[in-house]
Amino acid sequence: MAMRIRVTFSKTEPMRFTSHLDLFRAWERTLRRASMPILFSQGYNPRPRMQLAAALPLGFTSSCEVIDIWLEDDAPQVSDMKSVLIQVQPPGIEIQDVIEIDPQDPPLQKRVRSAEYMVTLLDPMSQLSDRVANLLQKDTLQRERRGKTYDLRPLIEDLTLKPADGGKHQIFMRLFAQESKTGRPEEVLLALEIPPENTRVHRIKIIFTD
Amino acid sequence: MVLTPSEIQERITRILPRVRKPGRYTGGELNQVVKDWELVQIKVGLVFPDIYDLGMSNLGLAILYEILNKRPDVLAERIYSPWIDMENELRAADIPLYSLESMHPISDFDILGLSLPYETLYTNTLNLFDLGKIPIFSYQRTSTDPLVIAGGHATYNPEPMHAFIDAFVIGEGEEVILDIVDAYQSWKQDEASRADLLKKLSRISGVYVPSLYQTEYNKDGTFDNISKLDQEVPLPVVKRIVPELPPPPTRLVVPFIDTVHNRIPIEIMRGCTRGCRFCHAGMVTRPVRERSVNEILDAIEEGIAHTGFDEIGLLSLSSSDYTHILDLVKAVNERFSDRNLSISLPSLRIETVSVDLMDQIMDQRRSGFTLAPEAATEKMRQIINKPVSTPQLLETAREIYSRGWPNIKLYFMIGHPSETLEDVQAIVDLCKAVLNEGRKVIGRRAKLHAGVSTFVPKPHTPFQWAPCDTQENIQAKQDLLKRNLRGKGLKLTWTDPEETMVEAWLSRGDRRMAEVVYQAWQRGAKFDAWKDQLNYNAWLEAFSAVGLESGFYTHRHRELTETFPWDHISTTVRKKFMVQDLIRSQSHETLEDCRDQCYACGVLPTFADLRRAHPGEVWGCPDVPNHQKQDDLLQVAVPSPEV
Repeated sequence: MAMRIRVTFSKTEPMRFTSHLDLFRAWERTLRRASMPILFSQGYNPRPRMQLAAALPLGFTSSCEVIDIWLEDDAPQVSDMKSVLIQVQPPGIEIQDVIEIDPQDPPLQKRVRSAEYMVTLLDPMSQLSDRVANLLQKDTLQRERRGKTYDLRPLIEDLTLKPADGGKHQIFMRLFAQESKTGRPEEVLLALEIPPENTRVHRIKIIFTD
Repeated sequence: MVLTPSEIQERITRILPRVRKPGRYTGGELNQVVKDWELVQIKVGLVFPDIYDLGMSNLGLAILYEILNKRPDVLAERIYSPWIDMENELRAADIPLYSLESMHPISDFDILGLSLPYETLYTNTLNLFDLGKIPIFSYQRTSTDPLVIAGGHATYNPEPMHAFIDAFVIGEGEEVILDIVDAYQSWKQDEASRADLLKKLSRISGVYVPSLYQTEYNKDGTFDNISKLDQEVPLPVVKRIVPELPPPPTRLVVPFIDTVHNRIPIEIMRGCTRGCRFCHAGMVTRPVRERSVNEILDAIEEGIAHTGFDEIGLLSLSSSDYTHILDLVKAVNERFSDRNLSISLPSLRIETVSVDLMDQIMDQRRSGFTLAPEAATEKMRQIINKPVSTPQLLETAREIYSRGWPNIKLYFMIGHPSETLEDVQAIVDLCKAVLNEGRKVIGRRAKLHAGVSTFVPKPHTPFQWAPCDTQENIQAKQDLLKRNLRGKGLKLTWTDPEETMVEAWLSRGDRRMAEVVYQAWQRGAKFDAWKDQLNYNAWLEAFSAVGLESGFYTHRHRELTETFPWDHISTTVRKKFMVQDLIRSQSHETLEDCRDQCYACGVLPTFADLRRAHPGEVWGCPDVPNHQKQDDLLQVAVPSPEV
């Protein structure tokens, strides 16, 4: 009988430019450093069984990532795991919590509903509140991505300009994050005419359905 | 005005989202060593003049990184070339090239140590200096500029880079790097001139300071002689070695992004006793020194604990020749077989025992099995001294296919002066015969990949007198291969003849070649090792701008008496031995493994004292008896000048 654990972690500055795929590799290596008995898939090219809740775009940081990991049944007590893993976590991964869950639970990705982001603007910008208000007033917001036109507006659940903190403006967003219905923070920024490379995007929460 | 690390950090923040694979430029990985810049006396930048993806797999620099950072008074940081998109961004934003650990401009370092394993990094080296705002030419640098040193296999002929590198390390770097740091430290305390620093360095065994020598040429353009400008510098400069391999680095930096090799590299042995006549590495890395099985096992264990890599590379020039290979494979299998690792054992001999070894070491992914017959006819095999029989190869191939590897890769080399089109046709026939063996065992699943490189007569090998094949001949031979090696299950890759020419010019160049390197770089040459970046015209234009004939370096007939521009660098394999071996080659005479019989290549007399202090099977060379008197011993130990 395999064991399934769920780890909540932050993806911090050092790993800002580590891709989704490379993040899996970092996890695999972390578990190997901890001598955890990773459960591998069967077949020609065995891969460790792991699932991340929602891919985080390159360049973003996060304090709310969730990964499910399957282990062989000779794994250590789940109560000990957090401290074991923290000892070997690489720069860029900060483990917050480790819990055991039922191996039969549905995949994490299917339960993601929305995600919340805090965007920090590196430069001062004029008329930000007008831009945000104008965008929110619209019923539709046609945008093009990879040659396809889609409506961004219904993917935005919430968009709020925060008071400048230390001279830097912040924008809070809650966007849908379901398969085929995913709002992208950089798309919202472009719609606000803010160059994404002059911002820092941090994911603060993933909202799951039950 | 030089930027501070925080200014650099601030500026690249805006740039990184726009470039490809920004993870190349951030540093911050697991196991990187960051020391307090203000508290450490000597700062060394370890440079690989190509991109991060390649540089992170360079074992030499990983070794030096660990050795240097162990010293509390020294820090070592990593520096790589930016890819072209990042270079453009850095230039546009006026950001100097910086180190990954602390983001200091590379001009802030005391010492920059470059790894130059191959020649097609030369223009990148100049470009890297330029990006770091460091004077390109050695003579332009002052006491406030970093000391630029370089080592690696290409520097056994340092002359084409003599104008750009302040001091070369000839041979193995593990010990000499600390001597260099010490010399630098005492020079810094004395507040002496740059010339004093170079003088100090030139007294260290294994260090070559080109500016303390001058060269002369004959009327026909051939090299005449090199002479000292300072009476105390060595001539010849004898390579430095370590008598025993120190423990391998295991606290390797773990990249966040995918690189060329994501593995724990462990040298099981250095050097090779096979004596393939074309093989530069086999000549310059002598003598053979082995690590013990236990040391290797411990290193694997430690490496996994520190990095979490799932790939282990057990490296050597000829794994089959490692004395305890059977014990090693058995022990690795016992200890690691249930850990889902992929363990590679490259450079195996062409015999069925090799298949047993690979079978045991359980590379689970069984995608491909690589062998290097190099030649397909008996004649060529004798000439290059790599005797393998075709029946033996076919038997080995059958065994490989039947034990679950569907794909065999065979390495060949074309372009030797004695080679005819028949010898090249034999490559085709051999590949088809090998594939046919696979078809018999696993049917149409069987695949064969022929990787065909082109011979470059490397300095310090018995073939150093040989000319390169002409471009027309190479083309004709490659065309023959391309015409005939096609069809289901067959794959052919080859080296672009232009790339071979650039490699050959730079391998065989003299001091005058430095100007060609400079001119080629000025005309846009960089990333010469990248097929899609090689700018051949820039090189041709550079030759004509300098007034040199490129064919002089590559296609000329050389007399056995000719003095080469690299003869003053001693790998300790004597020129006399190489002449004899060339003559043996011409009469198709082969040499056996020199562990069975010493052929007196010259290594042992030079390092007799080291060998005496480290007796037994740790070296491939015979023991040196202890009963000689101290006087005799000294005589043996002093390197004799080349023929």
